[in-house]
Amino acid sequence: MNLFEKIKHNVKSFLLWELLVGMSLTGRYFFRKKITIMYPEEKTPVSARFRGLHALRRYPSGEERCIACKLCEAVCPALAITIEAEPRKEDGSRRTTLYEIDLFKCIYCGFCEESCPVDSIVETNLSNYHFEHRGENIMTKQKLLAIGDKYEESIARDRANDAPFR
Amino acid sequence: MWEKELINLVWIVVKIIIILIPILLAVAYLTYVERRVIGYMQCRIGPNRVGFMGLLQPIADAMKLLFKEIIIPAPSNRYLFIIAPILSFAPAIFVWSVIPFSQGLVLANINAGLLFVLAATSLGVYGVLVAGWASNSKYAFFGGMRAAAQIVSYEIAMGFALVGVLLAAGSMNLTTIVEHQTGGLWHWYWLPLFPLFIVYWIAGVAETNRAPFDMAEGESEIVAGFHVEYSAIAFAVFFLAEYANMILIASLATLMFLGGWLSPFQGIPVLGPALAFVPGLIWFIAKVGFFLLLYLWIRATFPRYRYDQVMRLGWKILIPVTLVWIVVVAFMVKLNLPPWFAG
Repeated sequence: MNLFEKIKHNVKSFLLWELLVGMSLTGRYFFRKKITIMYPEEKTPVSARFRGLHALRRYPSGEERCIACKLCEAVCPALAITIEAEPRKEDGSRRTTLYEIDLFKCIYCGFCEESCPVDSIVETNLSNYHFEHRGENIMTKQKLLAIGDKYEESIARDRANDAPFR
Repeated sequence: MWEKELINLVWIVVKIIIILIPILLAVAYLTYVERRVIGYMQCRIGPNRVGFMGLLQPIADAMKLLFKEIIIPAPSNRYLFIIAPILSFAPAIFVWSVIPFSQGLVLANINAGLLFVLAATSLGVYGVLVAGWASNSKYAFFGGMRAAAQIVSYEIAMGFALVGVLLAAGSMNLTTIVEHQTGGLWHWYWLPLFPLFIVYWIAGVAETNRAPFDMAEGESEIVAGFHVEYSAIAFAVFFLAEYANMILIASLATLMFLGGWLSPFQGIPVLGPALAFVPGLIWFIAKVGFFLLLYLWIRATFPRYRYDQVMRLGWKILIPVTLVWIVVVAFMVKLNLPPWFAG
């Protein structure tokens, strides 16, 4: 550093030059548009691939899709899925008698959805849900089917949107 | 005879309440303004849920803290632990007795006002120190030690900066100091004492342990410093003390360097008479508000200093600058340099 630069450096630091530059930056940000989303009233867009709460789907006829192949149970890395199956009494088709997902174990990897040959178990884009009592974290077959029935429209739309990339 | 004394006493208590309530309200709302301003500077909007525009937020916070449990750690020194918040809060409040808010609007117009203020602000650090020691916790102790060392170093720079004001005004009475600055923006002391003004402000930020000098709190390395072990209202009292001190330093800067309650347009042809109707109190509040905004602005802008950098800045830069400029001021006063020191 030559003498001139030294003097310049000292004068600059005594005039608090860099500090004023910094303050002018935050000063400009003060007037900038704010990016806050007012959460319950406003929401950020959710991807069609978002992996949230699980659901079991049905065919349009009302027949449940799940054929108790247990691929999801086998692929689940967190061992969160428990399935028991036996032939249904009416027609003898292979159906589950017990289909449970422990949401405390689930890591929302989406392997169950990918392994499913009939697109039965899916992960919906529901991200906000809660439990109030011990045991509610176990999603039973009834609960999963109910979620599937309730959100079938958005589940089908998300799958259709994502189909070209699969 | 005693009736007269009694009336006098009641009158003083009423005055104290009139001063204290706006200050406590200002402290409460300073926390709100801080969160909003820093939020805005970070592209957020800050608290806006409780009440209109979040204006009831400080009240909600205070209620929450009031109803929480005061946890006293078993190995702590119980007596000192409880008295520490009071020790830091009391000086922050009683200094206000000598601060003139406008012409004649002062509780005690004492002649050693400046000295009183310096003494009282230095007392505040004992609360921090005692809190750090009484908590019997490593981090709290570190926080207390750091606060002590920091206050000692910056008190000197601050004291010297105020010595410059003393030289210029030739009085320690705060009202007289302001009166010496009569005559509009260019007659205030910030211009002839500019380096002292800057040093005073930096030392003031350091004195109140605010970012970027929040060594005693040390969020990132010693968790919360001296008040780690404090909860509920005891914690809130430390908080109140810190913010009351901020407002105090801002008002002192206003009184010493920005002409207190004087209008900035005095002596300017058109604006001066046009704005003469504005009461001094409004100018005082506006100037203090400017300094408080500066506090928040600085906090939103600068990263924290390392501890050795704080010490270097205090001892090797601020103190030499003040020492040199005091000599310059002495010459200016001796030469009766107009417009500040004429007559």
